[in-house]
Amino acid sequence: MNRMKHKNGVRVRRKVIQGAMFGIFKICAAANGIALAIMLYFLVSRGWRAISWTFLTQPPIDSMTKGGILPCIVGTLCLSIGAIAVALPIGVASAIYLHEYAHPGRILRLIRLGINNLAGVPSVVFGLFGLAFFVVYLDMGVSILAGALTLGALTLPVIIGSTEEALRAVPDTYREASLGLGATKWQTIYRVVLPTALPGILTGTILGISRAAGETAPIMFTAAVFFTPSLPTSIFDEIMALPYYIYVLATAGTDIEATRPLQYGTALVLIALVLGLNLIAIIYRSRLRRGR
Amino acid sequence: MQDSLKMSTVDLDFYYGNFHALHGVTIDFYENQVTALIGPSGCGKSTLLRCLNRMNDLIPYTRVEGKVCLDGEEIYEPDVDVVALRRNVGMVFQKPNPFPKTIFENVAYGLRVNGIKDKAFLADRVETTLKQAALWDEVKDRLHDSALDLSGGQQQRLCIARAMAVEPEVLLMDEPASALDPIATQKIEELIRELKKRYTIIIVTHNMQQAARVSDITAFFYLGEIIEVDKTETLFTRPKLKQTSDYITGRFG
Repeated sequence: MNRMKHKNGVRVRRKVIQGAMFGIFKICAAANGIALAIMLYFLVSRGWRAISWTFLTQPPIDSMTKGGILPCIVGTLCLSIGAIAVALPIGVASAIYLHEYAHPGRILRLIRLGINNLAGVPSVVFGLFGLAFFVVYLDMGVSILAGALTLGALTLPVIIGSTEEALRAVPDTYREASLGLGATKWQTIYRVVLPTALPGILTGTILGISRAAGETAPIMFTAAVFFTPSLPTSIFDEIMALPYYIYVLATAGTDIEATRPLQYGTALVLIALVLGLNLIAIIYRSRLRRGR
Repeated sequence: MQDSLKMSTVDLDFYYGNFHALHGVTIDFYENQVTALIGPSGCGKSTLLRCLNRMNDLIPYTRVEGKVCLDGEEIYEPDVDVVALRRNVGMVFQKPNPFPKTIFENVAYGLRVNGIKDKAFLADRVETTLKQAALWDEVKDRLHDSALDLSGGQQQRLCIARAMAVEPEVLLMDEPASALDPIATQKIEELIRELKKRYTIIIVTHNMQQAARVSDITAFFYLGEIIEVDKTETLFTRPKLKQTSDYITGRFG
């Protein structure tokens, strides 16, 4: 058994290095959870007192120092759903083209370059683009439509990226089997590839929704207003939105200190909304996976 | 035994980019016979198989020269409908690759993509085909469970059933038993012997005993060329060339 015993010093040093490295990795991994926990703790501990039935179902009153945030909740829901309605079909269609149809070449490289750069554009630039293009040039005005289109453009690269990833994960043997049975390429994509990739596409959608719901800069010029007590009746109405409302209360409200609890309460609602949307997608996704 | 010609290749050359994978391959495949293609890895037997239903079209930068005929018709002519060709020349792959769908939907897939919607007809075809594939008794109570829950051997027989459901005339099998255990392999081999009554079967295999057990004709490939083709019995007992006898006795490859 002597062969299995290193010299003591070597063994100890190796063990220490291994332990130290794994310890560092562990701390890094734990930091993610800790960051979320701290954030949630702050929001919940300072914001939960503001949450009430009135807060969730009434518009703001008394120069936004009292009352609720219903128009903001409705507005953010409209914008998120609108953004996904814009970005999901275009994003999935683009990814299908890029991954299943396009031949490698200069055009493909150009399109990819475009998508990668789109992903790197700061969100405030999207806001200005939305203002210039949708609001002014296409004359949509400050509206849900203009905001949803702007947020849609912002979410597009996320959805394209994750859809392509999901398509790449579909084994080629499925495609071969389908084509070998006399299916056309489109039938193969529609009946085999897309259903198999759907859980992955939904993951991208979750990320997209989360991003769209939380963005402030793209909507402050295109969809959201400082204050409107009424709920939207059409996609051409302007609206209030949670992230912008937090920004307004915290920087330009009539009494910033007095509305602190409202700010935390609103942030809490925003987080809950995003997590709620995520949860729906996660449940749907796990149901799809089980259905196999 | 009938001896009518079903498929043939004449002077077939195939290139992956600059790599010359098949050199002037000329071979005939007869109805109701099993033809085995044997040879060491990379010798071109799978490439030939995939030329027969134009599966190689899917790989970019490939080129085909020469003729491949099905019932005397050239399948690489520009006006040939590849989709229709593949309906007539079915394929079973090396690894079982059922779709992540139910057992029923796997078998019905080929019919559905051909536009068949009649439920009674579909149910009937699925049952008949699964019986032909000797799988019916094992799955009849769970047709609507996922095909991925089946064992590897069952999955492969399901894939054979899936290929047969569209009633092709030729079945191409690319090492259909190489990923299976001996018992599952035996079942697949029994199935192949049964199926040749109805189909023209061309099988690629690495397993010499398998070729000897299931095939009527064996072709030995080496470096993209056919070295020797003969009745299986003759090829394995009295090969004409030393290269063939070296390979089948395990001296190289």
